Amino acid sequence: MSLLQSTQFRPDPSANATRRALLRTWPEFQNPVAWLVALILVIMPLIANGFFLIEIFATTLILGVIALSLMFLAGYGGMVSLMQLTVAGFAGYMVAVFGMSGNANISLGWPWWLATPMALALATLFGTLGGALAVRTEGIYTIMITLAIGAAFYYFTNQNWAIFNGHTGINTVATPHFWGVDWRSDIAFYYVTLGVAAICYFAVQYVSRAPFGLALQGVRDNPRRMAALGFNPNAHRIAAYAFAAFIAALGGVLQVWNYRQISPGSVSVGACIDVLIIAVVGGITRPIGPFIGALIFVLLRTFALDVLIKLGLDGNRFRLLIGLGFLAIVFWSSDGVIGLWERWRRRNASSTQRSGGGRHG
Amino acid sequence: MARFIERHPAWALIVIIAVAVLAWLVFAIWPPGLEAAIGRKRVFLNAVLNGITLGGLYFLVASGFTLIFGLMRNVNLAHGSLYLFGGYIGYAVSTWTGSWILSFIVAFIAVALVGVILQLAVFRRMEGQDLRQTMVTIGLSIVFADLMLWVFGGDFYQVQTPSWLIGPVQLPLLTAIKSSGEPVYLQYPLVRLVIFAASVVIGIAMWLALNRTRIGMIVRAGVDDRDILAATGVRIQLVFVLVFALGAGLAGIAGVVGGTFQSLSPGEDTRFLLASLVVVIVGGMGSIPGAALGAVIIGLAEQLGSVYIPTYAIVVTFLIMVLVLALRPQGLLARR
Repeated sequence: MSLLQSTQFRPDPSANATRRALLRTWPEFQNPVAWLVALILVIMPLIANGFFLIEIFATTLILGVIALSLMFLAGYGGMVSLMQLTVAGFAGYMVAVFGMSGNANISLGWPWWLATPMALALATLFGTLGGALAVRTEGIYTIMITLAIGAAFYYFTNQNWAIFNGHTGINTVATPHFWGVDWRSDIAFYYVTLGVAAICYFAVQYVSRAPFGLALQGVRDNPRRMAALGFNPNAHRIAAYAFAAFIAALGGVLQVWNYRQISPGSVSVGACIDVLIIAVVGGITRPIGPFIGALIFVLLRTFALDVLIKLGLDGNRFRLLIGLGFLAIVFWSSDGVIGLWERWRRRNASSTQRSGGGRHG
Repeated sequence: MARFIERHPAWALIVIIAVAVLAWLVFAIWPPGLEAAIGRKRVFLNAVLNGITLGGLYFLVASGFTLIFGLMRNVNLAHGSLYLFGGYIGYAVSTWTGSWILSFIVAFIAVALVGVILQLAVFRRMEGQDLRQTMVTIGLSIVFADLMLWVFGGDFYQVQTPSWLIGPVQLPLLTAIKSSGEPVYLQYPLVRLVIFAASVVIGIAMWLALNRTRIGMIVRAGVDDRDILAATGVRIQLVFVLVFALGAGLAGIAGVVGGTFQSLSPGEDTRFLLASLVVVIVGGMGSIPGAALGAVIIGLAEQLGSVYIPTYAIVVTFLIMVLVLALRPQGLLARR
């Protein structure tokens, strides 16, 4: 920021234009709250202990990345895909299969720098193929086909012992270890997830303003008109699936490193729906939504038990709470927590405007 | 039929050959070479019959799903929960009163009532918002699943088969000829055949109700164009409630059937939701004959798959769905 400000003193019009262009591309850079959140996230290891760092914040970031891929498809492409977690789980399985794990008869034992790109590529391919299937029908059918793909993958991992090791899954998956750093140690892993989440966040933000993202939003709003303008709606949709699949795959790789194991339970239908809940509760209009939703979800999942018991209720009813909260959000705020927040701010702004007598005008 | 053969001679030929091969496999005595290659005929016949009867169960679940979707454009992802709820109700009634028939009636009425409440209290408020309705059904399925887990726990339940249906029955299908020249006939559980016959009867009754009665005419008109139907003065909300009740009630009956065939436990709701999704995607959304065809195809694929390629059985089901989506995205028997 200070660097950008110092350029103002120089009477160089081109530098000023670059600065304006930069701000137009990244309006977040002007928002002090965004800088504050970024600062807090970066110095988090100083504040939080290992439990909070991994169980709350790293988990939030990972789930946020997976939900971000759904947000990208649903928010900009109008395609609610329930298979994003399946793509992530596929990537996780591929890391376990190609890399090293406790199940030596299944894992091929490749080093992580070979297994991870392989897993990312295969999962992206998987997501793209699934997307190519899903775009053959429109609108509401997407949700059914992607749910069917997700459920079929779940049952397949349960049945198949040769690659996916049945319902026990693959355990003690090796995590990367290089430059003398164990990247699965709490603080290092936190920074890895933070870095990946930040890259994904800014990538989605950037793509949404790039010509491709704008065309995708056009396809979402009026595919026939976009086709008449010479765009290929299905090609844009499939490309969106590919991009989202890559993001989901990144989340999946982080997830398998986080838990060091993967089993059909990680790709169950319930988990697929959890990702949808996270995205919808946070809000599918903006990339920050999935992260907010993930934070709420993880906090609820971790502490609902204690809170419910403290209130004298049955602690096992966590999913009931999640379901009811999701229903409430769907009923009253179609754009999630972000929508609630924005409406609240607008109401506040309009009330101060009225009392201040048009000071802002 | 004749038009189909005229328009797609190649497909018609493939279908005829497939049916002929299947008929030969079912009725002929297998030569020893074939038995050596793919196993005993008894295993095959059992798998086929299991697949067809499972298809009957899938049809019961999926027909309600496809009816609700066809008329109201509501993808009811809580349909699996309705199935499981019906199963639990049937279990409770049959253990309490000891009557198997009564459990069907009570399950139908109870689940249909849930459907009426859902339609009146929830879906009516968000008509025309497909995505929001679907999200609501997802939320409802989570809430229902947890409530049922709360009440019934994670145990397995099985609805007691009535005594007059227990035991095998001899079918006029030859499985082999003994060395003494004596023919061996296939033994098959009676209850599955009865349930299959019942689902065929229900299917035919639904087809007749849809195609031969006034209310069926209204429903079909609503599937084609809801707005024009409403404009002609039909009380469309009433039709919606009736259809939702019928669809939900069918899921409830299917729950009792599934509880007798197999067992009831948490997780069955997703299984049958997936089954009905795949069935209606294959058969065609909103089409009752499509649901019947899709149910038999998926049931057969699942059973034959689990006998002959156990670890990849689900892939067969999935490949059928992919194939249909690739060649005929609207489903096999859908008009649009």
